[in-house]
Amino acid sequence: MSVPRYWREIKYRYRLLGCMCKECGSVFFPRRHICLKCGSRDLEEVKLSERGRVVSYTVVRNPPKEYEKYAPYIVALIELGDGARILSQVVDCEPEEVHLGMEVEATFRRVREDGPSGIIEYGYKFRPVIS
Amino acid sequence: MRKVAVLGVGCTKVGEHWKRSLRDLFVEASLRAIEDSGVEEIDGLYVSNMASGPLQHQEHLGAVMADALAVNPIPAVRVEAASASGGVAFHEGVKAVASGMSDFVLVGGVEKMTDRLPPEVASTLIMSEDQEYTAYTGVTNIGLSAILKRLYMDRFDVKPEEIAMLPVIDHENAASNPYAQYPFKTSIERVLNSPMEADPVHLLECSGIGDGAAAVVLGPANESETSDHPLVTVSASAVATDTLNLTNREDPLTLRAVRGAAEEAYARAKLTPRDVDVLEIHDEVSILGVLSLEDLGFAEKGKGASLAASGAISLSGETPTNTFGGLKARGNPLGATGLYQIVELTWQLRGEAGKNQVDGAEVGLAQNMGGVGSTCAVNILRREDL
Ligand SMILES: [Zn+2]
Repeated sequence: MSVPRYWREIKYRYRLLGCMCKECGSVFFPRRHICLKCGSRDLEEVKLSERGRVVSYTVVRNPPKEYEKYAPYIVALIELGDGARILSQVVDCEPEEVHLGMEVEATFRRVREDGPSGIIEYGYKFRPVIS
Repeated sequence: MRKVAVLGVGCTKVGEHWKRSLRDLFVEASLRAIEDSGVEEIDGLYVSNMASGPLQHQEHLGAVMADALAVNPIPAVRVEAASASGGVAFHEGVKAVASGMSDFVLVGGVEKMTDRLPPEVASTLIMSEDQEYTAYTGVTNIGLSAILKRLYMDRFDVKPEEIAMLPVIDHENAASNPYAQYPFKTSIERVLNSPMEADPVHLLECSGIGDGAAAVVLGPANESETSDHPLVTVSASAVATDTLNLTNREDPLTLRAVRGAAEEAYARAKLTPRDVDVLEIHDEVSILGVLSLEDLGFAEKGKGASLAASGAISLSGETPTNTFGGLKARGNPLGATGLYQIVELTWQLRGEAGKNQVDGAEVGLAQNMGGVGSTCAVNILRREDL
């Protein structure tokens, strides 16, 4: 992973920034240049809701190479409070505990390492909301 | 536009070809297709392949394979659309011949997956999805399908046993296919007792890691006298796309690219799903086959798995599907997969399918998908003299 490639996504990953269409109000993550709903090119960065619900999920047991030491882990399709959807790992939770509709909130975690001497990547993961 | 014929077909066995290179496999399948066609000179080459870059550190496959076949200086290009590469390359070849820009075109697909260990293959496969926001989560392609499967079973109250019929049918058909990677039968119990790959998807619902190549020779239908086989022509060839990320789809359980390509293909061929005698679906993971049956128009939403469980898509059923084993049991060498489908449909329509023959098959449809449905190719073939 090159440093600039990681660096240019930091803002969006660390702060959970997506974008909103100024024409039709649709919210997207990740950010994009053209609205998928109405075709408008007038989109602005917005901070996404940090809370949402699990729409569906899986437990990855045979992961890609860079993620081997984390397995097994939960990856969920999450609908955020503002209607945007995001794919994310769900942590602080065992595979038996996660369920459809579960309320989750964003948290900041280590994501992967680029070998013993490369950069360590961080970013969002979600965890169960503790009420 | 000229009517296009499939003049020749050929393939290698799908499997672990430790001693054979990307070139070796491609040349074997291509020479078989050329010999089968009787065509002496090709004037265009399309090479379909998903991942020779990450897997072999080899790019520029158009030139690599034109050289290997000793057909320089004809134009040659690689077509990449993840595991839809084969179906999309076929589409490009059809356009070239139909337009008159080329006369006799070879479309060959190849993938060599066993040069890497399984975790490296998983890293390569997920290159079909958004690297920065999908692969970044650590999800695998099978994991994405698993997310769809859980949603599907919950929404439509479908039992795992019904979905497990798809791999059972594939294996049943592969058992008599000499080119299949896994030519043996299995059972619903064995599928559901196999280890979890990505919950709720079991290992035996997933296509494996294999090497293979498949090729076809296309030409104008009115210049098909070189071939001594019954004439098979292309009734329609369509490609459609959908948003790359599942998160941007209004309903993740509707594969819009499949719907779009199917609707266009049916309209061009002036056919409906009822006219299809033999079907090839892209069941890279069984749930994707289920959704494909629905979005191709063979079942209503939520009924694809029960269609499989009813016997309607078995070899003796109304719409025999994946008659040589499908992605699960014939195998899924990525860039070659879509061309295996065309090769097998051609054998069916010519009446050369041996033990797997569907009697009187006249119309065949092949659906080939890349990513979790972000590209879909639908190709419809027809036997002309029936
Ligand atoms: Zn808009």
